[in-house]
Amino acid sequence: MKTPVLIAIAVVVALLAFGLYQGLVVAPTEQTMGDVQRIFYYHVPSAWTCFILFFINFVASIWYLFTRTSKADAIAVTMAEVGVVFWSVVIITGPLWARPVWGIWWTWDARLTSTLVLGLIYVSYLILRRFATGGQTPILAAALAVFGFADVPFVYLSIWYFRTQHPQPVIGGGGSLHPAMWHALLYNWLAFSALAALLCWFRYQLERKQRDVEETLALESLLEGSPK
Amino acid sequence: MSATPSVTPSAAPDQTSSAVHAAREPVLRPESRAPHVLFATLMKDLRLEWRSKDAINSMLFFALLVVVVFSFSFDPTGDDARRIAGGLIWVAFLFAAVVALGQTWAREIRNQVLDAYRVSTAPANDLFLAKALGNFLFVSVLEVVMTPLFVVFYNLRVLGPAYLLPVIAVLGTWALVVNGTFFAAISLRTRSREVMLPLILFPISIPALLGMVEATKIILTGESSAKFWIVLLAVYDLVFTTVCLSLFETVLDAE
Repeated sequence: MKTPVLIAIAVVVALLAFGLYQGLVVAPTEQTMGDVQRIFYYHVPSAWTCFILFFINFVASIWYLFTRTSKADAIAVTMAEVGVVFWSVVIITGPLWARPVWGIWWTWDARLTSTLVLGLIYVSYLILRRFATGGQTPILAAALAVFGFADVPFVYLSIWYFRTQHPQPVIGGGGSLHPAMWHALLYNWLAFSALAALLCWFRYQLERKQRDVEETLALESLLEGSPK
Repeated sequence: MSATPSVTPSAAPDQTSSAVHAAREPVLRPESRAPHVLFATLMKDLRLEWRSKDAINSMLFFALLVVVVFSFSFDPTGDDARRIAGGLIWVAFLFAAVVALGQTWAREIRNQVLDAYRVSTAPANDLFLAKALGNFLFVSVLEVVMTPLFVVFYNLRVLGPAYLLPVIAVLGTWALVVNGTFFAAISLRTRSREVMLPLILFPISIPALLGMVEATKIILTGESSAKFWIVLLAVYDLVFTTVCLSLFETVLDAE
């Protein structure tokens, strides 16, 4: 591996370690929830990172629809895949936190439900990519990404209205956050964003190389066929 | 500058004549032929459906099966029937609509009709609108036939303003059908396309489905006002019809 990549990995690991230290040691223990609240420092940064990645996926899809550059499509697929990974972290850490605090694993609360639905849209995007045949995949996927993004306001609005009409379970935290907690949260967010950037970089390189290989293979088979 | 007409002798008269033509008779421009393409395609689909009755029969029977299966899963006669009926009706219609939507483009694959569309000068959006309107009609027929059945089977009595139900039905059906027709065109290019359609249609349709179910429930129980949901459905229809029309040509021509 090249030195810049090794340095990048080292930086990300250091940031994650520092974030962990901040979250587990420096940040004060929450009064009512106790130590289990520290899952917050992983849960929330993952959620923020995943929303950013989904947004970049939308921008890249629009870029692809206008310019049809393979680069834009490679970015879109990278963002969707890494975004779904971070979304899974959010969806898994959420119930782990909810169970001891709320007494239930899951509740059909507005924020939980809309995050779940948003993730489902991007999972269906990845499934479409997997099932689409031939060179049309990028166009079909980009079209679906536009639909998915247009759907986000409707998802939030409808589910928010649907749920806030009913009695809601208490959402942990709320109110003001201790400054040390803010520090831990933001350090972790920085670390998670750096991790996401690194993962995206690897995935993007992989995607480009895969496309190069496919192109070369197609070209070779053409060349082999031509003299006959 | 005087040499220009001699360099392109054929282009200049064409341009002027077409410009004059456009100024004098704007009715004859290609865009104005659009309703004919739309109408012709729609009538062709309706005639095909009238003769074969493939979509409508399979949809009706499917919806009937859903009604029967649901009646085993929930207690249909209890007081709660009114609360869950909105959900049952729309889920039944959604599942049944997928049956028809899946067949939308399949018949254009045979004999390369879709390729012929692609190379023809007919506007792609007309084709799309014709297909969407055709599906809209099929699903509406289904709803008209199935709703009395639901009323009978689940002992429904409307406690709210019943005149809003057709409005919700029209807005909701269009929401399902416009996206469904588009996604059917997408899933046409995939392996196992029958499976693909619901997988991409359902997640996007969740807000619309929620709107239909909630609005219907509110009107059946007469609890509060369904205004928010009707406006949400109308805006959803508007936004996604726009998105469909702006992307359909791209998807149709995708190679």
